[in-house]
Amino acid sequence: MAEPFLSIQHVRKSFGATTVVEDFNLDVEPGEFVSFLGPSGCGKTTVLRMVAGFEEPSAGKIVVSGKDITRLKPNQRNVGMVFQAYALFPNLTVAQNIGFGLKVAGMPKAAIDARVAEMLEIIKLPQMADRYPYQLSGGQQQRIALARAIAPKPKLLLLDEPLSALDAKVRVSLREEIRSIQKKLGITTIFVTHDQEEALSISDRIAVMYGGKAEQVGTPFEIYNRPATKFVANFVGTLNVLEGKVTDPASGKVRINTQEVSLKGKLNGSKSGDTLSLALRPEAISLGRQPGHDTSLSGEIAEVHFLGSVIRVRVGIGGNTVSLDTFNNSATPPPAVGEKADISFSSGDMLVLH
Amino acid sequence: MKTGRFWAWLVFILGAVYFFIPLIATVEFSMRMRRGAYSFDAYQIVLGDERFQATFMYSVLAAIFTIILGVLVVVPAAYWIRLRLPQLRPIVEFITLLPLVIPAIVIVFGYIRMYGSNSPLPFLASNTGANALLVIGYATLALPYMYRAVDTGLRTIDVRTLTEAAQILGAGWGTIITRVILPNVLIAVLSGAFLTFAIVIGEFTMASLLNRPAFGPYLQNIGANRAYEPAALAIIAFAITWGCMSLIQILSRFAPKSANRPN
Repeated sequence: MAEPFLSIQHVRKSFGATTVVEDFNLDVEPGEFVSFLGPSGCGKTTVLRMVAGFEEPSAGKIVVSGKDITRLKPNQRNVGMVFQAYALFPNLTVAQNIGFGLKVAGMPKAAIDARVAEMLEIIKLPQMADRYPYQLSGGQQQRIALARAIAPKPKLLLLDEPLSALDAKVRVSLREEIRSIQKKLGITTIFVTHDQEEALSISDRIAVMYGGKAEQVGTPFEIYNRPATKFVANFVGTLNVLEGKVTDPASGKVRINTQEVSLKGKLNGSKSGDTLSLALRPEAISLGRQPGHDTSLSGEIAEVHFLGSVIRVRVGIGGNTVSLDTFNNSATPPPAVGEKADISFSSGDMLVLH
Repeated sequence: MKTGRFWAWLVFILGAVYFFIPLIATVEFSMRMRRGAYSFDAYQIVLGDERFQATFMYSVLAAIFTIILGVLVVVPAAYWIRLRLPQLRPIVEFITLLPLVIPAIVIVFGYIRMYGSNSPLPFLASNTGANALLVIGYATLALPYMYRAVDTGLRTIDVRTLTEAAQILGAGWGTIITRVILPNVLIAVLSGAFLTFAIVIGEFTMASLLNRPAFGPYLQNIGANRAYEPAALAIIAFAITWGCMSLIQILSRFAPKSANRPN
């Protein structure tokens, strides 16, 4: 197996008695776009800052291209970084900001000018060279910050919640632009975010973090469809969680309230009488028995919310409530609260959470 | 509403009268040297006096050295406290306020005892040493103003993020201070510098007790022996101070507009 481009090995970080990152491990391939996704305080920014060199790990090491960079200073790492707060130098023009790293590296002026012009073309702001940061919008400032970070051709690009300070529309367009520039330049990138949609939409892989640990590392498809832990399942996307009791581990029988479902091959290690958390994505559930769905449960309509094109229905099944969305159909009125209803799904879509 | 405005104007006018009448009276008196006519004779005598030129130049030079010392000490200290030691800020702020509550005469007596010719650090044994001690004393007196000016300037920029942004682009500490931090707090530093200048130009206690040929003791000496010249000198000193304040105002308009928010 080829050596990874970036290898974070058994990294731990403590501030006094508080451990914020515990035994974090990750290998990143060249040109890969990896997102650190997690709630506030999960340690994602701390890991990024350790890769940048702003924090020193309490234990473990960070290797880039086979070279241990754990103890190197930030200005010796050849890493580019984009900050949440833009961090453009207010006293410098856009061109001077982009050329800052090149000037520090001692590049000749003509070469700096050429590279700055190239960067401005890439971020589609060629006319902004002489403006000052305060004359730009938030989105433009962040694009300049991106250009400044990639201008010195860093080995690794770190993005610390670069879209958080922007409004929703700019956020969507800029994340697509970041991804497109990253692909074009083939630069290995780590992106920190707490926004699951952002992470799912642009990443090659996602490391979902919680309590200073990587709960799961996988492609967006794996993270969403096969969450490894209860936290990942709850944090990424909307999830219905049902409590069930194992009745027959050999045949995969689980009782939910008074009804039984079959989850063959998913009850590894479970014993008869064990209580399990079973999860279903709303889009995997249909109202009524549908062809192709091998499992059904009976319940009662608890809530109906008409949202225009979509109707959100909550169905009570014993002590559990299941949420699902159906498309609005002008020929069929929405179900009434209190009405008896069946839901159906494929048993393969039901996840057993550990 | 109208009553409120009346009282506001009344207070303003009373305040203006309190400040301006003595000033106008001093200007008027300073121009009455020639009997029966207004003239600038007192100003001509003062400005033509060799001692005025010598003491004024001495104080200007002392002010320049004080500003350089203040900037060299305060800018890196305030920057480092904001960047790495924010928990020390209340302590440092308290220390920088001490020169306001400890009279200059107490400080200078301490200096004389500590740095006399028989002490291990005999600053007062030579003219150069005494001049250096005066500059150090002035830097201490100006510390509350210089520190606050610089700290306020640093508050308008995101010091930590800008430092990290420069570091990750390959910059060392020298580049960060000179190309990123200082240009963004330059107006604040200049404000502190002009305040220092205004303090040093008229300072009497330290210069007098350290027996330095400064402008403050000269002012006092003239005031004790002449009639019209002290009034002219007071107006000149006032104009210098006012000029410094005006320069702060003018320069603050050129401050770089920050897109970053303070912490």
